[in-house]
This record gives sequence, structure tokens and C-alpha cells, in this order.
Amino acid sequence: MANVATAVEPGRRRKGVSAVVSAVLRFVVVGAVTFLGLLTVTFFIGRVVPIDPVLAIVGDRASASAVAAARQQYGLDLPLWQQFALYLKKALTGDFGTSVLSSNPVMQDILRVFPATLELATAGTLIGLFFGIPLGVLAAVKRDSLIDQIVRVIGLVGYSIPIFWLGLMGLLIFYAKLDWVAGPGRIDIAYEYTFTPITGLFLFDAAIQGEWAAFADIFSHIILPASLLGYFSMAYISRMTRSFMLNELAQEYIVAARAKGLRETRIIWGHALRNAAVPLVTVIALSYATLLEGSVLTETIFAWPGIGMYLTNSLQNADMNAVLGGTIVIGTVFIGLNLFADLLYRLLDPRTRA
Amino acid sequence: MTLLRIEDLSIRFPTRTGDIEAVRDISFSVGRERLAIVGESGSGKSQTGRAILGLTPAFAQVTAKRLEFDGIDLLKATPRLRRDLRGKRIAMILQDPKYSLNPVMRIGRQIVEALRAHENVGTREARERTLDMLAAVQIRDPARVFDLYPHEVSGGMGQRAMIAMMLIAGPELLIADEPTSALDVTVQLDILAILDRLVAERGMGLIFISHDLRLVSSFCDRVIVMYAGRVVEEIAASELSRAKHPYTQGLLNCMPSIDADRHPLPTLERRPEWLL
Amino acid sequence: MSANAISRRDWLLSERPQSRLQARLGRAYMTWRRFSANRLALIGLAIIVALLVVAAFADLIAPYPPTVGDLRQGLLPPSAEHWFGTDDQGRDILSRVIYGSRLTLYVIVLVAIIAAPVGLIVGTVAGYAGGWIDVVLTRITDIFLAFPKLILALAFVAALGPGIENAVIAIAITSWPPYARIARAETLTVRNSDYISAVRLMGASPWRIILRHIMPLCISSLIVRVTLDMAGIIITAAGLGFLGLGAQPPLPEWGAMIASGRRFILDQWWVAAMPGAAILIVSLGFNLLGDGLRDALDPRGSRQ
Repeated sequence: MANVATAVEPGRRRKGVSAVVSAVLRFVVVGAVTFLGLLTVTFFIGRVVPIDPVLAIVGDRASASAVAAARQQYGLDLPLWQQFALYLKKALTGDFGTSVLSSNPVMQDILRVFPATLELATAGTLIGLFFGIPLGVLAAVKRDSLIDQIVRVIGLVGYSIPIFWLGLMGLLIFYAKLDWVAGPGRIDIAYEYTFTPITGLFLFDAAIQGEWAAFADIFSHIILPASLLGYFSMAYISRMTRSFMLNELAQEYIVAARAKGLRETRIIWGHALRNAAVPLVTVIALSYATLLEGSVLTETIFAWPGIGMYLTNSLQNADMNAVLGGTIVIGTVFIGLNLFADLLYRLLDPRTRA
Repeated sequence: MTLLRIEDLSIRFPTRTGDIEAVRDISFSVGRERLAIVGESGSGKSQTGRAILGLTPAFAQVTAKRLEFDGIDLLKATPRLRRDLRGKRIAMILQDPKYSLNPVMRIGRQIVEALRAHENVGTREARERTLDMLAAVQIRDPARVFDLYPHEVSGGMGQRAMIAMMLIAGPELLIADEPTSALDVTVQLDILAILDRLVAERGMGLIFISHDLRLVSSFCDRVIVMYAGRVVEEIAASELSRAKHPYTQGLLNCMPSIDADRHPLPTLERRPEWLL
Repeated sequence: MSANAISRRDWLLSERPQSRLQARLGRAYMTWRRFSANRLALIGLAIIVALLVVAAFADLIAPYPPTVGDLRQGLLPPSAEHWFGTDDQGRDILSRVIYGSRLTLYVIVLVAIIAAPVGLIVGTVAGYAGGWIDVVLTRITDIFLAFPKLILALAFVAALGPGIENAVIAIAITSWPPYARIARAETLTVRNSDYISAVRLMGASPWRIILRHIMPLCISSLIVRVTLDMAGIIITAAGLGFLGLGAQPPLPEWGAMIASGRRFILDQWWVAAMPGAAILIVSLGFNLLGDGLRDALDPRGSRQ
């Protein structure tokens, strides 16, 4: 979001503590306001939009007494603003109610499934970074060359293809036809009962326990969905890297660096990319946030037991507490990453620190 | 002794609507002296300077009957050789330190980097020599400026750092492309004095690119006047008042003078036949 | 004849247009020339025109009815009779893809009609009014911008109930903020210009200034942005359909068709592949068209 470059200050002050404090303060205040906005919208979705919120919560197969109990329990007989205050109070303490489907508190369910999503989105972002940045740099340096065209096509296709369809096609080709990777799921049944998760990030857990057979199996499961997410991340990152690099390469300090007699590789990777890195960090954080969102459809395709699958399962079973809880959690992480990107931008650029 | 010899240098930029000829068949040579190239913006003076360094954009066409630096044919030189010449034997000072210094790199590092691109020196020696160079451009507290980012110093200070960066490897020819135009008037004279002293001390050749004829006439030995990519006049600075070409006379007449109250101020005349 | 054509071109490119109409046509002609010089943009335009034609004449083009199938002819692979094969209910997939273009158009047109004006009004009012109105409206816009669009759309549809109209509403609610942002930025650049002051001095009301003098200036950048957003809208709508929250069976919505083909993906790949390919091509068309429009309407951004 607010990743627009602030005007360059000609000031001569060294970076002050106050600058960092004000950046952090901004992060907190804007974050709080946006979070409040998210809660307002979800409250609106949960209590105002449905014709009968109680039915939305307990489901339409509930008995009359259950409906009455729920009405009282959620304070639905109170005026709207009191309901909202109650809702805020609960949401701020992480209480999103109970899931009809699992009978667990929604927060507990989400904490259980979240590491799976985190692992997938992280793997996807790493893949996107690994390929996207070099591709974007080369496309900018060799403008209008073959590699530039390739980056363009990758970007265009990435913005035009539905991820769930690409996932299906990927499963068809790489799992069913070629048998290069494992199918849906996160780990094979053979390991499911012997493998003990610690952090919930399976690749990491298997590595620190030295369970290399399990590691290979987990890797074979994650590589396809992570590559798909990585493709979308790469499309975005390479396109942005290219445009930032073109901008930097046109600057006068590049001419000065050449006039000094520096090697071209040093000019590109040491000077131009270092400057492009400042806005790129923002892009990477945004891409990570987008992948968290994109994981909803990807997880459905790959039966990946993360928050995306939790959300869609709840959706299909009209489990409104779980839906709203999931929405708030994903939304909060998304907003947090957005603002974090903004904060990083302010802290990384020596010009905006003054 | 002649350092640089140019004959019939042309620079063309092909565009979709036809070629743009930025520089057309210009010839001059420079020794260990101060040569000024004067002209309005778009006259091709900056492109001439960049072509000498080999910094013309790749899509432009540079042709010349002769483009020689110290006996080296620059047009036939390998990219490697041209890069070795840049900074080491020919250097360039750009207009505005706000844009020509890398904003995310400390000033000291940028100068050290210029030195180490050409000489194999250790970290400590590179730092010592950078601090000496910063002192040589009359920066009072070199150790402090060494660790500053470009945005943390004033324009005059930035341009001093720029001069230090370009002179640290000891070039023989320095191209200064409007080195004072972006600075406050009060600072301009300081920078010129520093340049003046260093060029004299080190026996460098200087090509001083400017639009300011008066500044140039007091600072340089010889003046070349460019108009629309051509050299219209070449004259010793001391003889400027006897310039023959109407364009040069026009430039001289444009300058307001405190003594004479001239109304209306004369406008600069541009005739199409000068383009031929 | 050819002399006539040249003079017409000269008339269009005249530097001293005699009338408003001539000036306008001249500008349009210049824009078209820049646009048509871009081959990819023309391909994009061709795809979108083809989409419109297919949607308009679906009854004539489609070889079979879209919702009625012959169960004995289920899951046939692509052949001369059924170019895209048939689905599990024996319906011709090509015909369903052709009729599905209508639903796709329906969704994107409705979303554009709802979201673009909302964004335009919020942005121009915020930019023109300034002060606390600007602060509040911009804050709200930023809050909505920071939301995950798909997730929010999902939650909306979950509350409203599945269906194509609800999907449209949910997508529209999440897509107006970028338009507001663009409109506000454009408004800020013109609001203090002399000609707006002139109009104000002549006694025009703020609403009149916004409607007649500011909004028209925002239109071209808004069109570019809406065109570029079309692909995202199509993909989001298909995603909702895929999850069973958009168009309901037996409507031939492309996302829902992919969902129904999912069960057969390993053996009858065409059931899911064909509608997905249709989404890809149409989205690509909008992206190419949008890129071309941006370059043609905003020569600043693409001059090199």
C-alpha cells in the first residue's frame, strides 16, 4: 500500500532516534485503525448481512432451543452497538467462538493449521525470490532481449491464469502422468504416525530430527504446490525488479559509477540493485501476503491442511464462526505484512530515515 | 603535448521517427590545458564529453575519423581497455551531486571503490588515501564525511566528494560537465577554486563543459562554442571579445552587466543557416 | 481517392483544429495510431472482440444446448463431433464454454458498473473537498486496500449465500479502492489549476465542478485500470465459482465447470482443462489490451 517514495530531504541531520520512533508509531497507529476496520467489516458480514445471524452461526439444522441459547450467548438480543462492543472485546482476546464443524474454539483450530500454510507460503516466496530477482535484473539490463520477453510473458501469464486450474494441471502432469512428485496431502500415510511435528513446519522438523526419509517425502509433497505459488510470486517479483532496475539504471549515479571505471557486474549488482532493493523489500512482503491469500485455493486443490482448506471447509459447511475467524486471522497477517513492508521501506532507505 | 585528439566526431541517436544527430562532425584537441566547451542545452556538449569516456548509450552510433587518447584509438579499444581508462586516466565530474552520488552508499565507500577499481590497495591504505583526498578538496573533517550518506551533506560538500572520487586514481584528463551549475552561487567559487588548484598541481588536462560563457572566459585557456551539434567557433579565452561568429557574439551580449543599463535585453539570435 | 485519404489524415492531425469535434477526433486518431502500433495490444483487442461476438451470438455458434446432455454420451474425449469433449452429464463442453462467456461478461460488466463509479466519486470528492473529508475517505480507502480481496469476497458470499449476483456484489465491494486512489490523485493534480479556478469564479457549484470538469479528466486513467483489473475479476469470479460460491449448476460458469471436472482430472482431463484455457485466454486478452491502452493513453509512462 503506502509504498510511495517520500520526498528526498536535503537535510543534513544524521538519522535520529525520533525518525525510527515515528516510523514505528505510524506502524502501530495505522495498524490499529486498519485492524479496527477489518473487525468492523467482519462484524458487518457476520451480524448484519445474513438474514438471521443465529442460523448463520449454529447452522439451519439446529434445534429451537439451541437457537435460543445461541441468541443469548452471542448477545444477539442486544442493540447493535452493544453487540459490536462485545464482538470487539472477544475478538481482541482471540475469542472467535466455537466451530460448529470441529466443536473446538476457532482460535485453537487456526493455530493448529496455520503452520502448514506458513510453510507453503514461505517455500513459495523463496522460490519466487530465487528466480524472480535474477530474471528481473537481467531483463532490465538486457532490455528488449529474449530474456526480457520471457519475463514479460511469465508476468502476463501469471496475471492471467487461475491458480486452482494451474494446480489441477500440475497434478495431472507431474503427479499422474510423469510421477515426479507426490500427490495431494502434506505427508505420506507411511510417515504420518511415526513423524512427530515440533514447530509444525514439517520440512524444518524433519531436518532437525534427522528423519531424512520423511524429509524426502515431505519435500516431494510440498514441491509442486510451492512451485505453483512460487510461479505467481516470481511473476510479480521479476516484473517489479525489472521496473525498479530500469529506473535505477537511468540515474546519474550509474553514469558516475561507470566514469569511475567500475566493472559492469559491480554497477548492476552492487549499485543499481542495492538501490532497487529498498522498494523491492516492500514488494517481497506484499508478495508474501498475496501468497497467504492465494494459498486458500491452492490448499483446496492439494488437500493441504492449512488455513485455506480450513476456511473453504468451513465455508462449504456454513460454519460462520470459523469463516469469520479465519478471515480475521488471514486479514490481520495480510494487513500486518502490508504495514511491515511500509515500515521496512522507511527504515531501509537512508534518505527517509533522516 | 596533446592528450586527446578528435576529428569529425558524430553521435547519432536512432529513433522511430528518424535519427537525431546530437553531435555532427566536430574536431578539436586537448593538451594539458583548460579547454571550455560552451553551448546552450541540447547543443551536444555533454554528449561529446560522454563519448570521450565511452558512456554513450549502447543504441547510439558514435563515429569519428579519429578519437585518440594518448595515442590509443578509443573507437577500436576493447571495452576492457576503455573501462581501465575510465577513472584511471580520464575522469568525469557530473553536474549535481544529489543525483550523481549513490544515495544508499556512504561517501567514503564510494571513493574507496573508485580507488580500488584501479589499484590493488589494502583496506587501511585505501581509507588513508581517501581521507587525504577528502582533505585535498578542503573538507575540514574528512573522517566524519567519510561515514556520511550523500543526502546528509550539502551540495557543495557533495561536489567536493565527487571531485575527490574522480581524482583519487590520478587521471590525466578531467571532464567537468557543468560542475557548478547545480550549486549555490556562493559555493560555486569555492568549487572552482578547488578544481583550479588541483588541475594546476597535478598537471591535468581539463575539459570544462558549461553554458556560462563569462565563467568560462575567466577560468579556461581556450573556448569552443557549440551550436546544434556543431563547433561554430574556437577561440582563446582572452580574445573572446573579438569573437567572429554571430552566435558567440549573441551569447556574449546576452550577459547583463551592472554598469550598462540595457533595455530591452537583447535576445539570442538563432539562424537556420548555422545548422549547415 | 488516395488524395482524399491523405487530406483526411491531415485534417485529423491538424495543429489548428477548427472545431471541438475535429480536435477530439484528431486526439482519438493519435491515440489509435499509438495503440495500433503495438501488436500485442491488437491481439488483446481481437480476443475481447471475439469474446463479445461469441457471447452475443452464442445461440448461433454453439453446436449443442449448454445445459442439456445425453447421459449415454458422457465423458467423451475431444473429437470431430465434440471438439472439447463432453462432461459427466454428456453435455458438449465447447457449447458450455461458449455460453459461459455470457456469464463472464455479465460478471465483469456489473462489477465495473458498480465499482468504478463508487471509486470515482469517493476519489474525486476526497481530492476536491480536502480537509477532514479527504482524511476520512482516504483512510477508509486505505483500510479496504489493505484487506485480502479474495478472502473478504469469500466471507461476503458466505454471509450473503452463494449465487452469481452475490459474487458480483462481493467482488465489487473489494475492488473499488484502487479506483478511488487513482481518481483522488488525478483530482489533486488539477484542483488548483487556473481553469478550475476560472470555473469556480463563474459561480459553478462544487458538484458541478466535480461532475463536469474533474471526473472527465479521471476517466482515461480509470479505464486503463479497470481494463487491467478485468483479468483479476474474472479469476476471482472463477475462484468463487470453483468453490461453489458463485454461479450455481447447471449454469455453465467456467470456474464451476473446472470444479465439476476436478473429479475426473486424472482420466478425463479435458473436462477441467477446457474452461480453464478459456479463462486464461480471456484474461490474457484483457491484460494485453490494458497494457496497450496504458501505453497509448499515457505516453509519458512509455516513452522510451
